[in-house]
Amino acid sequence: MTDLTRFSADALSRKLASKEVSAVEVTRAHLDRIDAVDGAINAFLHVNTDEALRVAAEVDSARAGAEPLHPLAGVPIAVKDLIVTRGQPTTAGSKILEGWQSPYDATVVSRLRAARMPLLGKTNLDEFAMGSSTEHSAYGPTRNPWDLDRIPGGSGGGSAAAVAAFEAPLALGTDTGGSIRQPGAVTGTVGVKPTYGGVSRYGAIAMASSLDQIGPVSRTVLDSALLHEVIGGHDPRDSTSLTDPVGALVEAARRGEVEGMRIGVITELQGEGYQAGVLTRFQEALELLRAAGAEIVEVSCPNFRYALGAYYLIMPSEVSSNLAKYDGVRFGLRVVPDGAPTIERVMGATRAAGFGDEVKRRIILGTYALSAGYYDAYYGSAQQVRTLIQRDFAAAFEQADVLISPTAPTTAFKLGEKLGDPLAMYLNDVATIPANLAGVPGLSVPGGLADEDGLPVGIQFLAPARQDARLYRVGAVLEALLEESWGGPLLSRAPEITQIAGGK
Amino acid sequence: MAELNRDDVAHLARLAHIDMTDDELDRMAGELAVIVDSVRSISEVAGDDVPATSHPIPLSNVFREDVVGTTLTNEEALLGAPDNADGRFRVPAILDGE
Repeated sequence: MTDLTRFSADALSRKLASKEVSAVEVTRAHLDRIDAVDGAINAFLHVNTDEALRVAAEVDSARAGAEPLHPLAGVPIAVKDLIVTRGQPTTAGSKILEGWQSPYDATVVSRLRAARMPLLGKTNLDEFAMGSSTEHSAYGPTRNPWDLDRIPGGSGGGSAAAVAAFEAPLALGTDTGGSIRQPGAVTGTVGVKPTYGGVSRYGAIAMASSLDQIGPVSRTVLDSALLHEVIGGHDPRDSTSLTDPVGALVEAARRGEVEGMRIGVITELQGEGYQAGVLTRFQEALELLRAAGAEIVEVSCPNFRYALGAYYLIMPSEVSSNLAKYDGVRFGLRVVPDGAPTIERVMGATRAAGFGDEVKRRIILGTYALSAGYYDAYYGSAQQVRTLIQRDFAAAFEQADVLISPTAPTTAFKLGEKLGDPLAMYLNDVATIPANLAGVPGLSVPGGLADEDGLPVGIQFLAPARQDARLYRVGAVLEALLEESWGGPLLSRAPEITQIAGGK
Repeated sequence: MAELNRDDVAHLARLAHIDMTDDELDRMAGELAVIVDSVRSISEVAGDDVPATSHPIPLSNVFREDVVGTTLTNEEALLGAPDNADGRFRVPAILDGE
C-alpha cells in the first residue's frame, strides 16, 4: 500500500469517504511514522495513541453505519501544547506545568472532537510560545526535518516540523508575533494566522492577549482552509471572538485566482537584513503572480520599522500580567523553600525553578515597561505606534487587495546560533509582527529553496482584517504555479529523515 | 530615560516574584540593557495627537446571554492544585510569624 502519511488532508478525506482506506489505517500510519522519526525530530511532547485509535475506530464504524460525517472525520491532527486538551497533559513547553492536565478542552479542540478528528498528540514549542526556534522549550528543541542541525522556527516548531516530517497531515498552532508563519517558512509548510478574533482562543494558554491567535498548520493551502473552517467562527466563551461567519475559505482555496488582483510589495520588508536567496525566491514569486494576471504595486509602510520595538514593549507587558497566575497555588509546580516560608517566598522559589531564562527575561522587561514612571514612555508609546502601523496598513490596502513579503528574513539557522543573543533572535519576526499588532490575517506558503543553503523560503501574504479568504485565493495560486515549476510539492525534495539521522 | 542597572533588575524580580541568584541578576541586567536600548526610540515616534490602540479590532462591551451553563465541578477545579483540603486550595502562610 502507498504510504498514507504522504497524502494531504483533502486527499485523505476523499479516500476515507470512498472507503478506500479506514480511519484506523490512516491514524495508525501516522502513529507509526511518529514512532519511526520523532526520536530525531522531537516534534511531539505527548503521543495520544490510544485515544486517537479509539476515535478513528468510532469514525470507521459510524461510516459503516452510514452516519453523516464531517469531511475531515478520521483525518488525524496534532495540537500545539499551548492549547488545552482533556485527557492529555498540557505543558506549554514549561517545567512549571509539567504533568498538568486541563479539566476542560479549548474550544478549537472541542470543534476537532465534534468533527471526529483523531488527536495524535501535543507538539513542542518555545516555553509559553516565547521564541523563534523552539530552543526555549524546557523539553529540548525540535529539529528541522530539512536539516537536523537547524531550528524548525518557533514558537510552533513542533507543529510545523510534525507536518513537514509527515508525522501529521494537519496541526494547530498559535501566532503572537509569527509563531505559525515563521516555522511554516523555515520548514517548507503552510501556516495561517487568521484575523484577530476569527478563531476562538478559549483554552489557548495566554501569552500576550491582544496579539495571540490560533490558526492552521498544513502542507497545502487547501488543507489550511479546510482546518480553518472547522476551528473558525464565533465562540461566546472568548469575549474577543468575532461574531462574523467564518466565510467560504475552502471555496476560495479551490477557486484560486489572481486575475486583476492588486498585490502590494511592502518596501520596508525587503532589502537590508534579508538573505540573498530569500529575496531571489521572493522576486520569482512576484514574477509568477504578475504573469498570472496580478497587478504588482509597491506600497510603503514607513512605521513598520518601529513594529519590532513596539512589539517588544507590548508583548512582555502582557506576558508579565498573564504569567502572574503561575504562583504555585491553583495549578502546576509548587516549590517550598526550607523553614516555614510564607506564600510570597513560595511564589518566588516556584517561579525561579519553573520558568526558563527567556520567560524570566520577558516578565522582567514587561514589569519594567509597566512600572510607575515608565508606563507612558514605554507601554503608552508602543500603543500609539500600534495605531500608526494600523494606519500604514489602511493606506496600503487602499492601493492593494493583499500585501506580500518574505515571511522571514533568513532560512533556518543552526541550533544554538542565536541562543546567546536575544536581540538577534527577535529579528526573525520582523516581517510577521506587523500583522499581529494590527490584527490582520497572514498566510505563509513555501516559496522554494534558497540557492546558497538549499533550505526553504517562505512567502507571506497579508490581507485586511476579516478578509482571510483573499489569502487562500492568492496563496493557492502561488502554490500551484510554484509546484508546476518544481514538478511537485517542495517537501518531496526534503531529505529522507532516517538517512540524515543515520548520516550523523 | 534612566539606565536599567542590576539594582533595578533585582527590584523588578521582587515585584515579579522570581527569586534570582547574583549570577542571574548580572546576566539579566546586561541583556535587558541591550533590549531596552533598542526599544527606547519608540517613545519618540508618535506625537501627542496619535491615540493609543490597546485592541486590534474595535469591539464594544461584550455580554453573553444570562443563562446558566455548565461550569467545572469543585473536584475538577482542584485537580491540578499542588495542595488542597476540604474542597479548597491549600496555601502556605500568608503572613510571617505566629
